[in-house]
Amino acid sequence: MKTLRLLMHNKVGFAGFLGVLFFLFLAFVAPLFIPLDTETRVDQIYQLPSAEHILGTDFQGRDIFSLIVHGGRDVMVVAFLTGLISTTIAVILGSLSALLGGWVDSLIMAVTDVWLAIPQLPLLAVVATMIKLDSVVLTAVVLAALAWPSLTRAIRSQVLSLRQREYVQAAQLLDLGNRHIISSELLPNMMSYIAINLVFAMTGAVYSQVLLVFLGLVTLSNNWGVIINLAWTRGAIFSSMAFMNILAPVLALALFQLSLVSFTRSLEEIFNPRLRTSV
Amino acid sequence: MTQTTARTSGPSVLMRLRAIATSFLARRILKALATIFIVVSLTFGLVRLMPGNPIETYTFELMSQYNMSYQEARDQAAALMDVNLDAPLYQQYFEYLGKLLKGDLGNSYRSKGTSVVSYIKQFLPWTVFSVGTSLLISFTLGVTLGMLMAYRRESWLDHILSTIASLASAIPNYLIAIMLIVVFGVQLKWFNVTKMRGSLSPGMTPGFTWEFFADAFYHAALPITVYVLTTVGTWMLSMKSSTVQTLEEDYVTVARARGLSDGRIMTSYVGRNASLPLFTQLAISIGFVVGGSILIEQMFVYQGIGQQLFKAINARDYAVMQGIFLVITISVVVANLIADLLYGVLDPRIRSGKE
Repeated sequence: MKTLRLLMHNKVGFAGFLGVLFFLFLAFVAPLFIPLDTETRVDQIYQLPSAEHILGTDFQGRDIFSLIVHGGRDVMVVAFLTGLISTTIAVILGSLSALLGGWVDSLIMAVTDVWLAIPQLPLLAVVATMIKLDSVVLTAVVLAALAWPSLTRAIRSQVLSLRQREYVQAAQLLDLGNRHIISSELLPNMMSYIAINLVFAMTGAVYSQVLLVFLGLVTLSNNWGVIINLAWTRGAIFSSMAFMNILAPVLALALFQLSLVSFTRSLEEIFNPRLRTSV
Repeated sequence: MTQTTARTSGPSVLMRLRAIATSFLARRILKALATIFIVVSLTFGLVRLMPGNPIETYTFELMSQYNMSYQEARDQAAALMDVNLDAPLYQQYFEYLGKLLKGDLGNSYRSKGTSVVSYIKQFLPWTVFSVGTSLLISFTLGVTLGMLMAYRRESWLDHILSTIASLASAIPNYLIAIMLIVVFGVQLKWFNVTKMRGSLSPGMTPGFTWEFFADAFYHAALPITVYVLTTVGTWMLSMKSSTVQTLEEDYVTVARARGLSDGRIMTSYVGRNASLPLFTQLAISIGFVVGGSILIEQMFVYQGIGQQLFKAINARDYAVMQGIFLVITISVVVANLIADLLYGVLDPRIRSGKE
């Protein structure tokens, strides 16, 4: 109950939370009731929104709304998995780096340095041609492999500053072991930081994933990126008829990203009591 | 890190070498060079790990385009590309490194006789021009608006600008590009998308003429708009928080107490100090000028280095890919180096000469 009240306290954050809920519902529950329209109807190409097709029809006469409903799941699963994997790597490596120091720290930092100097987008394009990215999990693993270094650095600097706190120093003096220090002293105090980074890692994953699909480098089945790609290559830049076809997935993606980013404001308040202004 | 100073009164050469090795600047430069070397080696291997090779991709292109038989197409492709891809990999690698040291990036596999250096010289200026201009616009605009927001904190202006800033920075740049094209270009017909493609109109020759500059800006207008829209929010928000912090500093209060005019305080006290941390951010973003352009250039068919990289990836043109990767890597590494050094120069409190 208290969490809910905190959630509603920040208006922007709460709107973001509702947005995320809406998209989760759209992508995971709605498909159970709305069948995917795969039939080509030559006589119903590019129809404007109507009672029958609330978002109109695409270049094959398919119902755009049904495509949107079915196209969100992969995007979200990849985003979540990528965020989860890269954040886990970052938390482990970042805190080890900060706690152990010495050559471990130097090594991990050197690796992140090199990793960050490689241009990410082109690298992604290259990697995508090497591995046939047709599975959700594989795509998430590849995206996470590229995303962890900057996160690791962020977590490391966070741990470095937390390490100076008295309770962490006390735990170190008592020789409670690194595992205990990380899981019982550091993690609980970094939760807001980690949660927010997780959400931002998710938005980053949505960005790169749609980009890969849009460039035609990933061959996931129907998803928002694919709809954009098809609409784009079928001439959305020439034909004003294709307006709804391309705008619907673009808006879905943009609003989803926006909801995620706004949601972080509430997360900040939930995890960080100092930010709460009189609840 | 603790350092034990050498007590031996031996040859001072050793001491001097040590001094160089421990000097902040020398260490940073060495690290930068090492990073570039590692990335160069990694990309060398990486591009060759991609399925297919330049000859093969060209062979298939010829087959599908001119209806040639495999052997015919293969012969023609091999004749065009004067490269020995069968040589042992380490031999190719050392050959590449040797040439690189002399500033020779090799020749493009696809366009015979075109050196990668001339290739980069031809396309890089357009990317630097379009992304550089937008970085300048977005930084100036962001810093100005950010200060305004900090001065008018909690006013309706601040709320509106904050909302716009977070909206703009949350939406991926390619989506904004699509919306621009579809809504304003195709639907409302405010501009002609096809005519604005490319980096110059056909027949336009570069020179110091009004027509040339106008044309260059006309063609870069859409990419610049997208870059500015997607980056200005971040500058606004960081400048706002930085200004809010600075406004609480003692020297600002003192300046007020001394009766200095608000305008003077805003420009020489608050503005100068609040924008300090942003300059290191600016240095880092300069590094991403080249790398960040690949998709936007692809979408607007803007002939910059990003679009060429995408083409080279599809054609498996190893030499061009390596060349462009090198340019991007160097710009990122140098920009980070500058950011590190700026940090010490701009803020004496964290000058990191000796640790």
